[in-house]
Amino acid sequence: MIKFILNNQSIETNLPKGTTVLDFVRYHKNLKGTKIGCREGDCGACTIMVGELTGDAVKYRTMTSCLMPLANAEGKHIVTVEGINPENNELTAVQQAMVDESGTQCGFCTVGFVMSLTNFCLDESPKDKNSAISAIDGNICRCTGYKSIERACEKVNSGKWEVESGKLVPNYFSDIRKRLTVLQNEQSKIKNQKSKIFVGGGTDLYVQKHEEMVYAEANHVLFDDELRTITETDELVELGASVVVTDLLESPIFNRLFPNLYRHLKLISSTPIRNMATLAGNFINASPIGDMTAYFLALDANIEFNTGRILPLKDFYLGYKQMDRSEDEYIQKIRFQKGFTHFNFEKVCKRTYLDIASVNTAISLKVTDNEIEHAHVSCGGVFATPLYLRKTSEFLQGKEISEETIAAANEILQSEIAPISDVRGTAEYKRLLAKQLFKAHFVELFGVG
Amino acid sequence: MINIDAKSHVRGESVYLDDIPLLEGTLFACVYDSQVAHGKLKSVDISEAKQCAGVVKIILAKDLKGENQIGGILPDEPLLADEEVHFCGMPIAIVVAETDEQARHAVKKIKAEIETLEIITDERIAFEKGSLIAPPKKFVMGDTEKAFKDCEHIFEGQTYSNGQEHLYIETQGAYTIPSEQGGIKVYSSTQGPTAVQKAISKVTGLPWHQIEVDVTRLGGGFGGKEDQANAWACICAVATQLTKKPVKYSLHRMEDMRMTGKRHPYSADYKIGLDKDLKIIAYEAVFYQNAGASCDLSLPVLERTLFHCTNSYFIPNVMATAYSCKTHLPPNTAFRGFGGPQGMFVIESAIAHAAEKLGVDKAEIQQKNLLQNDDEFPYGQKVVSEAEQSWHQADHKFDFNRLKSEAEEFNSSSKYFKKGVSLMPICFGISFTNTRMNQARSLVHVYLDGSVAVSTGAVEMGQGVNTKILQVAADIFSLSQERVKVHTTNTLRIANTSPTAASAGADLNGHATRIACEKILERIKKVASEVLEVNSEEISLRDGMVFIGNSPTEMTWVKLLEKCYEKRISLSEHGHYAPPGINFDWSTAKGHPFAYHVFGTAIIGVTVDCLRGTYEIDYVKACHDFGKTMNTAVDLGQIEGGIVQGIGWMTMEEVFYDGQGRLRSNALSTYKIPDVYSVPKEIDILPLETSRENLAIMNSKAVGEPPLMYGIGAYFAIREAVKAFNQNNFLQFDAPFTAEKVLMNLYKNQSN
Ligand SMILES: Cc1cc2nc3c(=O)[nH]c(=O)nc-3n(C[C@H](O)[C@H](O)[C@H](O)COP(=O)(O)OP(=O)(O)OC[C@H]3O[C@@H](n4cnc5c(N)ncnc54)[C@H](O)[C@@H]3O)c2cc1C
Ligand code: FES
Ligand code: FES
Repeated sequence: MIKFILNNQSIETNLPKGTTVLDFVRYHKNLKGTKIGCREGDCGACTIMVGELTGDAVKYRTMTSCLMPLANAEGKHIVTVEGINPENNELTAVQQAMVDESGTQCGFCTVGFVMSLTNFCLDESPKDKNSAISAIDGNICRCTGYKSIERACEKVNSGKWEVESGKLVPNYFSDIRKRLTVLQNEQSKIKNQKSKIFVGGGTDLYVQKHEEMVYAEANHVLFDDELRTITETDELVELGASVVVTDLLESPIFNRLFPNLYRHLKLISSTPIRNMATLAGNFINASPIGDMTAYFLALDANIEFNTGRILPLKDFYLGYKQMDRSEDEYIQKIRFQKGFTHFNFEKVCKRTYLDIASVNTAISLKVTDNEIEHAHVSCGGVFATPLYLRKTSEFLQGKEISEETIAAANEILQSEIAPISDVRGTAEYKRLLAKQLFKAHFVELFGVG
Repeated sequence: MINIDAKSHVRGESVYLDDIPLLEGTLFACVYDSQVAHGKLKSVDISEAKQCAGVVKIILAKDLKGENQIGGILPDEPLLADEEVHFCGMPIAIVVAETDEQARHAVKKIKAEIETLEIITDERIAFEKGSLIAPPKKFVMGDTEKAFKDCEHIFEGQTYSNGQEHLYIETQGAYTIPSEQGGIKVYSSTQGPTAVQKAISKVTGLPWHQIEVDVTRLGGGFGGKEDQANAWACICAVATQLTKKPVKYSLHRMEDMRMTGKRHPYSADYKIGLDKDLKIIAYEAVFYQNAGASCDLSLPVLERTLFHCTNSYFIPNVMATAYSCKTHLPPNTAFRGFGGPQGMFVIESAIAHAAEKLGVDKAEIQQKNLLQNDDEFPYGQKVVSEAEQSWHQADHKFDFNRLKSEAEEFNSSSKYFKKGVSLMPICFGISFTNTRMNQARSLVHVYLDGSVAVSTGAVEMGQGVNTKILQVAADIFSLSQERVKVHTTNTLRIANTSPTAASAGADLNGHATRIACEKILERIKKVASEVLEVNSEEISLRDGMVFIGNSPTEMTWVKLLEKCYEKRISLSEHGHYAPPGINFDWSTAKGHPFAYHVFGTAIIGVTVDCLRGTYEIDYVKACHDFGKTMNTAVDLGQIEGGIVQGIGWMTMEEVFYDGQGRLRSNALSTYKIPDVYSVPKEIDILPLETSRENLAIMNSKAVGEPPLMYGIGAYFAIREAVKAFNQNNFLQFDAPFTAEKVLMNLYKNQSN
């Protein structure tokens, strides 16, 4: 049985754990405010807020309910628009701003925007217009051209909202912490030993095999506390397999090590997807254009399985969607060395944000006096697997940073890649793009190129 | 006034097709569609699917009680494939089951044996093979052959503009319910309730009066639900007819994308001739429209391409020919602009070509050739032009030269980033070009409690048409907004409607509402004059009170209505409107097809990252001809949304079929529409100052389609930026300008 709180109602359900939260709220609870635009995480019409007990507070994050299994709602506060609507047909501050600025036309996308902005207002991090807009980076609108929604963002951003004010969410929210604490104590933590299927955020699984997932007996590891830590030693950073991209964005360790963290990670999916997308999920999905995979390949990361086996990520991929992993193994930890001095990530797609790369690439370098001590370069979208560029990385070692070095390394890079033509671009384009993006690393990091 | 639906939208309480509470016993339909673009349908094996849990019925072409035909203009579109399949995504069988999941599951168990025939996806190849939907259409003015002889400069070339997926966020769908005496009630997400009624009548054999179509609102339409909502409504209706049960089908996104048509791709040849003063003397264009597998709305779309082939320019000698080419893609259909944008892209390309070769600014040629009052369009209508006014007012406010020199300055000092600027004037005719469709009706009831109910043929899809209609009624009766309600669009209340399209919804239905309200008002005033014993002309209504001259009386609106009832005066009216003065004769291809034109001039600025081949739209600044807007918030929303949709078409939106006619850009992950970060950083709209009267409702010109065409400017702005980086390259006119094309062009013929 799965127990959670939906809006102001306690839920206990015996539905299959893999049922999506979207289908549950719309078709089992008849809450029709949450809309369906794609069932693939790409439109945001189904955005909900998910409240989790962290310490003595409830922290809310948006998620796309179309990709979220009920199992991941266990012990959480699930909020749909019906859960924020004030009584007497009144409007919350966010809703009012959307109305006042004509941020809604056909209205089909609107609830998704309202949920994203409500979550933004609840969050305690510092706010400005840009951060408000980034909160809606997972919401697609075909009618408005977004300008009116931007104006609504400006409006909500200028307000200061306390949960208690009742202007943002109804007053029952203040009891949620207590109610979740009770639920948490009841929750069982036993792993399903029989099952060899692991579900993280479900953002790949529910896109690729939705129907199968509904009934699959699976281990849901997104909220497995043991797999969510980020720690460091003098030499190493260690991450749990279920760390999601947003966790990196909020990690002091990552913010210190990667000065351009926000700029880079913003290029990956959208706010609600980043709230669900685990690192292990990205690695195991083994997509040639996996962004976090490219990122961690360039950090020369290791992965550790539950069996204790440790493997460099660069040795993990054997062929298209083929990995060096037995059925019983699941990823527990990810580790990388801190010894680099420079890091950069590049990604180009049809649409800059919320799109899959045509080509991506990452690089980490240790540079002293303009000389490269060691380099790790990865490139995605140009091979059957995520690609660690062994020869290019080796070549760079001991070289000076100069236009000649970059040009020569780029020649080697071209020999290591084998792109194919598909919907994300022709092979010819991807070759040129890989070359340009490799060059872009050096333009960004050293102004050379 | 804010859109009347806004409040229920933000609370998630607005009802769309998939939100309608289901009746007990409702069944679910799902379509089995062809995976082959062209072939002989040898057999369909439904034996395994029939055994699946929950399956109630599987319907094939032979099971239909009526005709297997849903073509609106030409009878060339079967509902279900019978002997042949004509495109990937063509429906072959309908599975009806107890749950949606069961229906979808059973569909996977159907197998069809299809012998593949030759597949044509390219419009030029279809043309060469003589595969046309209908004979070509042609517009001729003057004598181009003669005129070219006098031209100082002549340029010829080719263009291509790709299709565009509508991507209304609400997918297509329908819900049908059996009604007494063998009728069917239909909920459909359609822009054309009558089109749905007519199509259902055909496939079920039921007369129109047995079919009630009701539409509350759409979660976006953009033309995609003008004709193409019919199939899904027919599928449900047929299933209801055969099972006597309510049947629902709400398409999944991938089904919607692969089974429905899109904006028409066009290939074109142009030849443009200018004199030494850069006046365009002659223009020839041949358009090859990719219609897809059947006519759908391709022919009127094709016609509008011709109507707008010279955009905002006067050209004395024009010959434009247009072919609707039949291919094996899903039938392409209406999309905001309806062929107009495709025509404009070609003339803008021809002008860009000329400017580039002559080494002059494109804007110089554009400006020199703007339409003047009383100039004639190639189709014979004399223009009432605001082209120059909008150009000058835009220039005055935004200062074209300053914007251009800023870009040049930036470019001279920036290695990897280049800016481009372009100007885009537009001229768009308002009216259905098929004259007889320009009519509408509105049913107005005034109730004895003083509230007013309005029903029209207009469908609300976010464009705010119901808000405008409400304004018309509230204004005439001088009532507050709360006392008027605009009801669903329903074929029992309003019959024989035209689809809500051609930007004309508010004009036609607004005027019909005006007429109905005015008639009621006249009767009410007469009663008031009798009761108050004054002349009817002295009576007016203000905020729920009856006035004589400027002085209020004791009589309230509600009291007056009681008096009317006492005197047995009707408080209901069915208003009918047909705009005057429009006509068109295809035998001469001349006439006066449009009630009026909408003008405007935009300037668009972009920045291209020449290292990565990506770009951002910096601004769109435009002087736009609203006439006199009756609702600033609604109209501004239409402009901003239209511009962004136009930019999407010209930049990132790439419909991608492979050689086998399979849609590869078949999901939101592979077909990208603008997100919040890809829209112009700034959109600045200046209303054109004009005092001219027009035929629009309350002088407020139609605003749905015209702004989309400002987006074409983005293409040419990107082109300018690319040229600033790579001079030794004559770029093809090939839209959209995707990141791929940008990068390839930046580095084409470059050693770097
Ligand atoms: C709208 C959208 C946008 C996206 N954008 C991007 C993008 O920009 N860049 C990008 O790289 N990806 C993107 N993705 C893909 C996806 O979000 C990522 O790959 C994500 O990291 C997957 O993580 P998950 O936890 O959701 O994986 P899941 O779907 O839960 O699982 C994926 C795979 O990993 C396995 N798995 C999960 N955890 C473990 C574990 N601990 N040990 C072993 N196996 C495990 C699962 O069994 C499954 O095979 C996008 C997806 C969507 C829906
Ligand atoms: S329905 Fe589109 S993101 Fe969930
Ligand atoms: S208002 Fe229609 S999709 Fe956003």
